[in-house]
Amino acid sequence: MDQSRSRREILQAAAALAGGGALLRLSIRPAAATPEMMKDAVRSVIGEAPVKKGKVKLDLPPLVENGNSVPCTVSVESPMTAADYVKAIHIFNEKNPQPNVISVKFGPRAGRASFSTRIRLADSQTVTAIAELSDGSFWSDDIDVIVTLAACVEEPKP
Amino acid sequence: MSRAAFVIAAFIAATAVARAADIPWDQRRSDSDFVSADTRAMQNDDTANPAMLVVLDGETLWNERTGTTNQSCADCHGDAAKSMKGVAARYPAMVAEQDRPVDLEQRIMMSRLADQKAAALPFESKELLALTAYIARQSRGMPVAVKDDAQAKPFIAAGRAIFERRQGQLDLSCAQCHDDNWGKKLAGNLVPQAMATGYPIYRLEWQEVGLLQRRLRNCMSGMRAEPYDFGAPELVDLEYFLMWRARGLAMESPAVRP
Amino acid sequence: MARALIHVPASAKKGDVIEIKTLISHVMETGYRIGITGTPIPRDIIDDFVCTYNGEEVFRAKLYPAIAANPFITFFTVATASGTLAFAWTDQHGATQVQTAAITVE
Repeated sequence: MDQSRSRREILQAAAALAGGGALLRLSIRPAAATPEMMKDAVRSVIGEAPVKKGKVKLDLPPLVENGNSVPCTVSVESPMTAADYVKAIHIFNEKNPQPNVISVKFGPRAGRASFSTRIRLADSQTVTAIAELSDGSFWSDDIDVIVTLAACVEEPKP
Repeated sequence: MSRAAFVIAAFIAATAVARAADIPWDQRRSDSDFVSADTRAMQNDDTANPAMLVVLDGETLWNERTGTTNQSCADCHGDAAKSMKGVAARYPAMVAEQDRPVDLEQRIMMSRLADQKAAALPFESKELLALTAYIARQSRGMPVAVKDDAQAKPFIAAGRAIFERRQGQLDLSCAQCHDDNWGKKLAGNLVPQAMATGYPIYRLEWQEVGLLQRRLRNCMSGMRAEPYDFGAPELVDLEYFLMWRARGLAMESPAVRP
Repeated sequence: MARALIHVPASAKKGDVIEIKTLISHVMETGYRIGITGTPIPRDIIDDFVCTYNGEEVFRAKLYPAIAANPFITFFTVATASGTLAFAWTDQHGATQVQTAAITVE
């Protein structure tokens, strides 16, 4: 998320209060996702199937260096044969403006049910990975991460 | 006071010490030592480092004919891997054409204007960033080797004065963080020594590549001080001091930083 | 054409599980950032990434704005035969960019 924007919001609000002027619309940032939105997003992706903890390993740094780019790796234990493989892995979050992060489709040709990417995290929150197996079962892992603001930022570019 | 400014002020108040000397020679370390292992890995993998995308753009520009002379950099300088090796490690530097030092990007601009007779490239323009990144990349691994002869000394001293001067609403100097309190935590990051060996950098905060001057302006905003304009002599003096301070350390351009 | 970097091992043994790394230049504008004028900067993201190996799909990802700028995706595939791996990135407007890499499998 654009942290310099929230800084500017604070400065604008301070200026508005100081000037005693017309009410400045402070929060033009969209509402963050809520755990409810995340549950809805999960439901729309995987349906009503029960999700069990296990088999999935979600790797995220517990203290995030910068929320704009967080390295993220997911792996699922699986032989990845035609009879027994991981069909998909989905990543969700609960505090970004949107609950979905990425959805990955695999087949037995993957060899390994694992991928890495870099994601954005707007705030300290829980990130969840859900894997769908070829036998129709769903498994998950989640991690709590802490995200802080950078100390040295610039004014927004014109 | 914004939240970050409060954090910085509290940090300084808590660690207030009498101004110490320069970092001892054998304790100097690259800023890479103060980023996360993931960020270091990203920097050292040419397929994972987003700055390499910009370096590739720079390579294309290096070979592109331009200006009224219709010449490319390559037409005069040939293979950059040979001709530009070590160049970035020597900037900022004095140049014959001026009585002030210039940094690498200013030197590139001089060549474009005078030798290629092409249009000027604004600071932080994509093209200038790409060329600077490509040229700086050719010095990777080489020790920083800026000159500090009689001609340069006054400018390095002027840069030092800026580095050590308390400024801004927090009455804070660069030295207080980067000489006296390096290695300590500031919010989610470690304070580095500010050894500017990796520029231009891919900064995670910017989500793009940028020059040292941009980073210095960010620092000054972060300290609640008025930043110098791009291209200001103060910024070049400060760059010169920072590179002199980092002399002997290996160039890492293009680096990845939070 | 956005600049892209792909790492595929030049050669592999049949049956090896190989790692593929991809990086493409793209701002991945979320649509949530407020510009200096006070209005949101419109969303502009790559939302689909597919890898095919000799024409057969081996990896597909649907990307959302939460994927960091300059999308970096690494994954695995089984080295089955010599040929071509094709990587296609499609943005929300439907524009697709394809890049290929050759592999020798013995």
